[in-house]
Amino acid sequence: MEIMVEIKNLRKAFGPIVAVDGVSFTVGKREVLGFLGPNGAGKSTTMKMITGFLTPTSGTVHICGHNIEDQPIEAKMRLGYLPEGAPAYQDMTPASFLTFIGEMRGYRGATLKRTVSETVEKVNLQSVLNQSIETLSKGFKRRVGLAQAILHDPDILILDEPTDGLDPNQKHEVRTLIRAMAQEKAIILSTHILEEVHALCSRAMIIAKGKVVFDGTPAELEGKSPAHNTVLGTIAGVDPLVLHHHLMTVKGVKKIEELGRDGDLVKFRIYPDDGQWILPDIGHCVREQGWEVRELYPDRGKLDEVFRLLTTPKQTIS
Amino acid sequence: MGRIGVIFQRELAGYFATPIAAVFIVIFLLLSGAFTFYLGNYFARGQADLVPFFDFHPWLYLVLIPALAMRLWAEERRSGTIELLLTLPVTMWEAVAGKFLAAWCFTGIALALTFPMWLTVNLLGDPDNGVILASYLGSLLMAGGFLAIGSCISALTKNQVIAFVVSVVISLGFILSGFPLVLELFSGWAPQFLLNAISSFSFLTHFQSISKGVLDLRDILFFLSLIAFWLFATATVIDMKKAES
Repeated sequence: MEIMVEIKNLRKAFGPIVAVDGVSFTVGKREVLGFLGPNGAGKSTTMKMITGFLTPTSGTVHICGHNIEDQPIEAKMRLGYLPEGAPAYQDMTPASFLTFIGEMRGYRGATLKRTVSETVEKVNLQSVLNQSIETLSKGFKRRVGLAQAILHDPDILILDEPTDGLDPNQKHEVRTLIRAMAQEKAIILSTHILEEVHALCSRAMIIAKGKVVFDGTPAELEGKSPAHNTVLGTIAGVDPLVLHHHLMTVKGVKKIEELGRDGDLVKFRIYPDDGQWILPDIGHCVREQGWEVRELYPDRGKLDEVFRLLTTPKQTIS
Repeated sequence: MGRIGVIFQRELAGYFATPIAAVFIVIFLLLSGAFTFYLGNYFARGQADLVPFFDFHPWLYLVLIPALAMRLWAEERRSGTIELLLTLPVTMWEAVAGKFLAAWCFTGIALALTFPMWLTVNLLGDPDNGVILASYLGSLLMAGGFLAIGSCISALTKNQVIAFVVSVVISLGFILSGFPLVLELFSGWAPQFLLNAISSFSFLTHFQSISKGVLDLRDILFFLSLIAFWLFATATVIDMKKAES
């Protein structure tokens, strides 16, 4: 895999406050890295250092082999960046704004025109091209921000909360756009929305207090959930003790937790040993006993839960 | 056209895309006219020159230029576009220079629009046009000095009101630095060479010597190096302040 972004021991201190504390990672082509973390964890600061806006206190950032501090122009040419909140010059129109960005990126004349109109098409801005940006809706403003980031077809895209504050339809649009671009670029995006990690990212990274506390695939992240691969069930007309006795004999079952009763219904959650896949065996057992099953389904675990576990001070899982 | 040119163009167009251009130019022309004719006794003096016109420029600039400069960087920081601008393939120096030059060019346009004043005096008499040209040049240089100060102060804060007020005070200091008001602050304790240095920073002295028609290289260099210094300070301040969002 071709390495596009290489970050080594990145550290940023604002006076006594250490915002980013020794972060290292690499991102390759066709990778979509999701940056997760609570507010103030250092996501934005890290992105600002990768894009060359902030100078790191120590550590290095290489963009396609160019050190962002020693060769900032070369590095910045390979980057597209959507800062948090998609800032843009409000009194400009999308057309003039994108033309300005194109000129800053070195396009002139016919090439400039073509590049701008291609970008406008990609993000569907045709209808508002000559309205001033301050009059646009949030969704359109975000698209203007995305347009300026992708205008020069950069190898690397850095997107700081690209879907924040958008409605579900707009979120969907932005995600579709990002997914389409993921094929030929390296993308780093930050988000609060954990479902987005599933929808978009090939890799997830959780940052808390300036340190990387998790780096892996979204599936691995889910695997960290205590509820991962547990089985939830509701069964009618069986004594909970009997239920417990029989289910505990199933191979791979570690623990059964009763969640509640409603008349003769018993709700429970079954935890597997080491996150193994126990649903077929549970199903087999239930059928063998001839119990009346109302519900029986696996739980993948909630990312929210893992997120909380990893980013709150008391870490109970490693 | 380089990147400075691209930024310059966008900034300059920005003045005219908003009411700023119209308001600034109209007020500049109105005030400069009013001062010349009422306070400067343009007609009663009975002399064919523009001395009463140029005499008021430092005071006009004192109020108007900080108003123009206050948004230069404060606005970029407040709206977050500074992050956009500085992550484009551009150096800090190009960004600072591009924005400054656009503002300077804009004041140049306002200044050029006072040409009816020049026409009038040529119609009424036979003035020394060389002196008038030198005065215009001096006025433009002085405007650049005020703008560079305003640019730096604007980079210090997100708040445009603060940027305005502080710029006015510092500019006033530079206008008056050869006068007792400023010098007396230092005369009790500072050595003579420092007093001389401070009084040599007076905009008024340098401007007046240029507008007498004496284009001394030292006066021109004074303004140019002052501009360079404050722009350098602007870049330094932006670099220091950009971590604060």
